[in-house]
Amino acid sequence: MNRTMPRWLLYLLILAMYILHNDLWLWDNPTLFFGLPVGFSYHIVFCLAAALLLTLLVNYAWPDHLEREADDDGNGGEQL
Amino acid sequence: MTLAVIFTYLGLVLLVGGLSHRLFRGTGEDYFVASRTIGPFLLLMSLFGTNMTAFAILGASGEAYHEGIGVFGLMASSSALIIPTVFFFVGMRVWALGKRHGFLTQVQYFRQRWASDALGLVLFIVLVVLLIPYLLIGVMGGGLTLNLITKGDVPKWAGSLLVCVVVMTYVCYGGLRGTAWVNTFQTLVFMVLGGVAFVVILSELGGLSVVMASLAQNSPDLLIRGEHIKPAKLLTYTCIPLSVGMFPHMFMHWLTAKGARTFRVPLMVYPLCIAAVWIPSVTLGVVGHLDFPGLKGPAANSILVRLIDLHAPDVLAGLLAAGVFAAVMSSLDSQVLSIGTMFTQDIVRHYGAGGKQMSERRQVLYGRLFVTAILVLTFVLSQVSDRSIFKLAIWSFSGFAALFPIVFAALFWKRSTKYGALSSIASVAVLWIYFFTKGWQTPGYTVGGTGIMPVAVILAASAAAMIVGSLLTKPPEPAVVRRFFSPHDAGGR
Repeated sequence: MNRTMPRWLLYLLILAMYILHNDLWLWDNPTLFFGLPVGFSYHIVFCLAAALLLTLLVNYAWPDHLEREADDDGNGGEQL
Repeated sequence: MTLAVIFTYLGLVLLVGGLSHRLFRGTGEDYFVASRTIGPFLLLMSLFGTNMTAFAILGASGEAYHEGIGVFGLMASSSALIIPTVFFFVGMRVWALGKRHGFLTQVQYFRQRWASDALGLVLFIVLVVLLIPYLLIGVMGGGLTLNLITKGDVPKWAGSLLVCVVVMTYVCYGGLRGTAWVNTFQTLVFMVLGGVAFVVILSELGGLSVVMASLAQNSPDLLIRGEHIKPAKLLTYTCIPLSVGMFPHMFMHWLTAKGARTFRVPLMVYPLCIAAVWIPSVTLGVVGHLDFPGLKGPAANSILVRLIDLHAPDVLAGLLAAGVFAAVMSSLDSQVLSIGTMFTQDIVRHYGAGGKQMSERRQVLYGRLFVTAILVLTFVLSQVSDRSIFKLAIWSFSGFAALFPIVFAALFWKRSTKYGALSSIASVAVLWIYFFTKGWQTPGYTVGGTGIMPVAVILAASAAAMIVGSLLTKPPEPAVVRRFFSPHDAGGR
C-alpha cells in the first residue's frame, strides 16, 4: 500500500481526537449552530471527523500482514 | 392497525431468516460463524445492529429528556471514535487469529493464548453472568414496548413471548448467517424509521428553529451541559465503549468476516451510523419537554412512544414499534447465539466425552438446543424479574469494559501471563461488586459524587492487575507466544 502519512501521526490524531472530545469551552454556550445548540453540533461534527480519521487509518495505516497471517496454517508453534 | 404493522414486520423478519437458510452448508462452522463469508455491508449492519439495543435508543431519549443535549457527547460521539478504533486494533486481529486457528469463541482464544483451561472456564462464567441482564432487557423491553404502544391491549408477557419465539425461529433455522441477514434488515428498519419519526414530529411542532426557540424559553438548561453533566463524567464515560472489545456477540461477528478488507467499510461508516441513530434520539428526547413536561425517572424512557402517539398515531406508531422490536431482536439474536455457541464449543465439545470428535451435524444440533434452552430460560426469568433489572444492565456494560485489558494484553503483550489475566478478572469482580452494591440504587452514580464513572476506576485496577500479575509470574512458553504473534506485529513486546 502506498503510504504518504506515517502511522504514528495517525495514532497521535486518535489521541488528539480523544482529548478534543472534552469540549469544556462549549459547556455553557447556548448559541445555535446549524439550528442546534453548539455543544450538540460540535459532537455531530466530531462524529464526522471520527469517520474521516478512520478513513485515514484504513488508507494509510492498514495492517497488510493480517490477511497473510490469517491464511497461515496456524502451526507457527507447538500445538497446545 | 398498530398490531397489523408489527405482525407484518415480524413476518418479514422470519422470511429474511428463512431465505438465508438456503445457503446453509450444514456444518458447525457455517452455523456458528457463517463459514467466515460475511461481506462488508452485512458486517457493518450486524456489528452496528447488535451493539445498538432498544435500551440504547429509548434510554438515550429518556436520558436526554432529563439531562439535555449533553447526552449525545456522553454516549454517542465517544462511541463514534472508540468503537471503530477497537474494531481496527482488536477486531481485525481477532478475526485473523480466529481464521488461522479455527476459533469459534473468545474463550477458545484466551484458553489457548495463555494455555490455561482454568482461565477459559473462569472467563466463560464471567462472560455468561454479565450477558444475562442483556438478554433479560431485550425480552422484557419487547414486552413493555408492545404493551405501551397498544395501550395495554397486549400484555407484557405476550410481547416478550413473541420476541422469544421469533428470535428462536430464525436463529435456530439460519444460525449466524440468518442472524446477520436479519440484523441487516432490522438495522435498516430502525435507522430509517428513527429518521422518519424525527422529521414527522419536528414538522408537526413547526420545524427545528421553532422548537429550539421554545426550548430556549422554557428549558434553556437542556440546551447546554451546565450542571447536568460533570466534565469528569464526560471524560470517564469514554471507558464504557471499550466494552465492545469483550462482548462475546461482537467477537462472534468479527469472526464471520470474509477477509481483513471486509472491515474497511464498517470502520469508515460506523461513526456515521451512530450519528444517524443518535441525533434523532437525543433531539426528540429534549423536544419531548415541550409536549410532556415533568416526567420523572424511568417514565421519560417512553418519551419517543408518547411523541409518536401524539403527533403521528396509527401506522407510524406501528412502524415505531416495529423499529423498537428491530433494535431489540437485532441484539438479542446475536447474544443468544453467542451464548449457545459458547455452551456448545467451550463446555460440551471441550469437556464432554468424545466432544473433540463431535460430528458437524451434532454441533449444529447442540447449538440449536442451547439457543432454545437459553430463550426459554430468559423468558421464564423475565416473568419473575422486576424492572430493577434495567439498572443492573447498565452495570454490565462497565463489567465488560473493565475486562478490556485482557483482550488488549492477549493481542499486544507477549509477556502477559494467565496469572495476569486471572488477576485482572479477580480485580474486576471485586471492584464491580463493591461499586455495584454502593451505587446501583442511585441513578447516575459516580465515585464519591465527583463525576468519575466507576468503570474508569475498575478499568485502571484491571490493567494494573494484568501488568503486576504478569510481571510477578513466569513468562509464557516461547512456543505459545510464537503461535500467536508474528514478526510483523509491531505491537508485541
